[in-house]
Amino acid sequence: MKVTTTKRIWVRSIVGAAAATALWGGAWAQQGQPVKIGLLATLEGPFAAGGADGMRGAELAVKQRGGVVAGRKIEVIKASSDAKPDVAVNSTRKLVEQDKVDIMVGPLSGGEGIAVKDYSKTQPQVTFINGGSGAQGTTLTNPSPNFFRFNTDGGQWMVGLGKAALAKGYKRTMVIAEDYAFPYSQVQGFMAEYCKAGGKVPVKAWVPLGGKDYSSVIATIPKDVDALLVVLGGADAVNFLTQYENAGGDKPMLGGSITVSQDVLNYKGKRRDSLVGTLSAGPLADAYDGADWKAFVADYQKTYPVSAGGFPSPSLFAYVYYVNMKAALDGLAAVNGDLSGNQAKYREALSKMTLKTPNGDVRLDGNRQAIGTTFVTEVVKDSQGNLFNKVHSKVDNVDQLLGMKAEEFKIGSRDVPACP
Amino acid sequence: MTRRSRSLLAVWLLVGGPIAIFSVWALVQNPRLYVVTLLNGLTLASLYFIVASGFTLVFGLMRNVNLAHGSLYLLGGYVGYVVAARTGWWPVALAAGFLSAAVAGLAIQWLILRHMQGQELRQTMVTIGLSIVVADILLWIFTGQVHQMEAPGFLQGPIRDIPLIRAYSAYRLSLLFMGIGIGVLLWLLLNRTRIGTMIRAGVDDRGMLSAAGVNVNLLFAFTFALGAGLAGIGGVIGAVELSMVPGEDTRLLLASLIVVIVGGMGSVVGAALGAVILGLAETFGLAYAPTYSVVITFLILVGVLAFRPRGILGKAA
Amino acid sequence: MAAAQWRKAMNSAAAASAARGRAATGSSMPVHRVPPAAPAPGEVPSAASDVWNELWRFVASRNLVVLLALVVFPLVASPFVTFQVGAQSLVLGMIALSLSFLAGYGGMISLAQMTVAGVAGYAVAVLGHSSSAEISLGWPWWVAVPVAVVIAVLASTLIGWLSVRTEGIYTIMITLAIGVAFYYLVLQNYSVFNGFQGLRELKPPTVLGIQWRDPVPFYALSLVCALAAYWLVCHVVRAPFGIALQGIRDNPRRMSALGYSVVAHRVAAYALSGLIAAVGGVLLAWYNALMSPGSVGTGWLINILVIAVLGGVRHPAGAFLGALVFVLLQTFAIDLIDRERFNLVIGGVFLAIVLFSPDGLLGLWARLAARLRSGRALTSNQRRQP
Repeated sequence: MKVTTTKRIWVRSIVGAAAATALWGGAWAQQGQPVKIGLLATLEGPFAAGGADGMRGAELAVKQRGGVVAGRKIEVIKASSDAKPDVAVNSTRKLVEQDKVDIMVGPLSGGEGIAVKDYSKTQPQVTFINGGSGAQGTTLTNPSPNFFRFNTDGGQWMVGLGKAALAKGYKRTMVIAEDYAFPYSQVQGFMAEYCKAGGKVPVKAWVPLGGKDYSSVIATIPKDVDALLVVLGGADAVNFLTQYENAGGDKPMLGGSITVSQDVLNYKGKRRDSLVGTLSAGPLADAYDGADWKAFVADYQKTYPVSAGGFPSPSLFAYVYYVNMKAALDGLAAVNGDLSGNQAKYREALSKMTLKTPNGDVRLDGNRQAIGTTFVTEVVKDSQGNLFNKVHSKVDNVDQLLGMKAEEFKIGSRDVPACP
Repeated sequence: MTRRSRSLLAVWLLVGGPIAIFSVWALVQNPRLYVVTLLNGLTLASLYFIVASGFTLVFGLMRNVNLAHGSLYLLGGYVGYVVAARTGWWPVALAAGFLSAAVAGLAIQWLILRHMQGQELRQTMVTIGLSIVVADILLWIFTGQVHQMEAPGFLQGPIRDIPLIRAYSAYRLSLLFMGIGIGVLLWLLLNRTRIGTMIRAGVDDRGMLSAAGVNVNLLFAFTFALGAGLAGIGGVIGAVELSMVPGEDTRLLLASLIVVIVGGMGSVVGAALGAVILGLAETFGLAYAPTYSVVITFLILVGVLAFRPRGILGKAA
Repeated sequence: MAAAQWRKAMNSAAAASAARGRAATGSSMPVHRVPPAAPAPGEVPSAASDVWNELWRFVASRNLVVLLALVVFPLVASPFVTFQVGAQSLVLGMIALSLSFLAGYGGMISLAQMTVAGVAGYAVAVLGHSSSAEISLGWPWWVAVPVAVVIAVLASTLIGWLSVRTEGIYTIMITLAIGVAFYYLVLQNYSVFNGFQGLRELKPPTVLGIQWRDPVPFYALSLVCALAAYWLVCHVVRAPFGIALQGIRDNPRRMSALGYSVVAHRVAAYALSGLIAAVGGVLLAWYNALMSPGSVGTGWLINILVIAVLGGVRHPAGAFLGALVFVLLQTFAIDLIDRERFNLVIGGVFLAIVLFSPDGLLGLWARLAARLRSGRALTSNQRRQP
């Protein structure tokens, strides 16, 4: 038992010292004091690579300001989770209650986002800004007054794809996606437009999370569909493509936002050429030729060369974390670093400002959810025979209700929406 | 009719009846789907059999539930991936996967488990600890990215113009032959070689084997290495079909657990039977009832546990 | 010897040996202890004198010091430490206690204790109030919580019944498989368990005007429950049932020959541990304010085992010690080492403990204490625990 008591005394005295210092330090005016920003991403588990890139994106935003905003030094305190909501809340709680951060940026995955939003309601003195989570429910159902999301959600990322698919003549599409919240939102975003314009989705195949054996799903693909909407992660998509090709399949593919990634573009199978023309949609496009975007990519590549662990081009996670952290810092600059009065001025600045991102302007709606731009991309082959994502079209001012009225909008689930 | 054969008949009717009805319905509704799913199930079962046979050998002989089996699968798969990327030769990758996992297994047995003879629970907990550590080290080295290995050139692509099902993956079909091949090799090893006889004797009565003058430690080391090597080779094979990602170790470990619980501990034939049951249940579940396919699998497990706790072909302790 | 006579003798001998045993485990001041005189064999010590002896022993012992420390702790620590470190250790410790009770005294290592806790947590979410109004039934807490505990105890009994009819080594595999089956069930089912999202906004009720989710009240609640569980386990293992269970752990065949039903005792042990895990599960649901498949996944099933083994399964306090170390590592690891490598650290510590000190931290402590003591007393009639 003595071990426990000793440990408890040790912990208590350290904590007591820390608390005393915090109290003493906090009594000062905030001007000139460093602003503490907590940063949470999934550094463990299946999204570890994405989480690491997300942190790089956030740090890039800090570096672009030279580590200082409105005369105050930026202090980033990192925490990690493993895509489990309870771990995310534990890590956030530590950052908020123990490290006493002023602003919280994160988390990465959809389920974590909703749990952190719930937690944010109990901590009104801290401003919570999203990291990468794209679940619709975070800002749509029971939104939190101090939770801000400057990136568009999974459903918004698919706007424009439905129309483009119909334009290519895909009148009947089968959906193959993993069975959880993020693919639901992506499918809902696609189908809202597609079904309204006359498309039909006869079959939806929901693959259990983590399953890698697509042979049974492939066997159930009906003969009369024109295309397959595949909402799987990039590497899973390669797996699927290989199995599909081996089973003799030949239907064209439509990709979700994380599907047509570098892995898929480097696919070496015999059906590589059939990938040309694959449509996809998301909040960014690697080959977009906007000046701001190109500058952002160059900055990322300079700061995080491949040899230091960066990706050849910033990933979706790097981009959304960058946008959210930039929003946090731009807001601070707008109020000159004044976080007093329970951060009231700061939050008002965040709600009202127009954020300049590499892909255009982002504003927030009444639920503090971003209204932004979505790109529809198409796979093309360049002169050297490499595949890349060309920008097919761009849709601006995509809001969370996808242009529908509140009564007709339904959050995506397994059976909603349906147009067989 | 004796009581035993009557209860056996009852089991056959209770279990076989619904399956027969379902098969007839499915064949009438969509014969292609049924036959393809059947093939998918048998080929998946082959992979499970290869991995689970190592697991059951280790348990049968050494009464050691090796929960690091999944990590050995992962290790073999990653090593195979690296070797295939460097040399481009798939058989070399197979051999590398087998050897690396076998060496790791040998090290575990010789350096750690050998000193805990008889403390089975402690050995199992050591394997749990090892599985956590090995999985995290592999995550560190290979990161969370998915690694997809390519099948050898002659096995890539579909076999076309098959009646009824039109086309089927050549690699997937080869899984079936690999499983059968390894099964035959194992059978030959266990039944036609001296060391196999020793292993079988040890499964039946370890004390007697030692009393008969056999160096039990060496035999254990060999068996553990063989079991681990089987997991490693399974890893290389699985890396092509299912790709390598952290999390696969837990999945394959659970699959081996179910195969061995259903088929019976210590019996390679039982592992084959269990693998077929599990493979078919999983693929038919995915094809016809994807939402609860995994739960169906576990229901089978629970059913077997409730009525035949030792597994279908399990031996009494 | 008839079973009843044997039981009586075990009772009195157990009381005496427990006193000696407690003196030997982890004590550094044996002179302060007053071991009661062992009753003559065959004589049944009266219940009243038993309780009085126990109370006296308690007041005079180090348990009081620890108890005072636990009570005073929230008054000196920050709310964060009280809640995230203190309360979480107590709650996880309770669930680990259910495992170490089964493992240490029953010889059955069950990886499904977190599953039982998860069943209780989900039950309280479905029966009570949560964010999913279409799923939750909205029963008042004084109905929902007891019913949830009962459901979890039934689940634990069922798991026990499935696991006990085979050898001990099967138990790990079977309980792991059952635990994973439950994970997939709650992951895939949306009508009752709300699938991947889980059920959120689980709050303890506001009783007597106190918000029980606030750090200090929640800590107090967890402390009371943890102490109750600890006392229950300590009491049960010295009762006839507990002794019989330990006998079954050591030699089931002999116990069976003596007339004890091995299966019944084991299943009853599962039910009892299920009770402790269920209460822990309800508290865990309130602590996390949500119940999701991630809470009952493979990672957590193994973490509970790690916690129990870390502390040492031979004494109930080990579970709480292990939980404290685990939570401290989990919370503060990112400040010391790479948080990404947390699994490596905890796995390595677990491996080290199993290899070098199978009795966990408590065993390490006992050995240290024995080594320190052996320098002092050359003669001692206290039986040392190995």
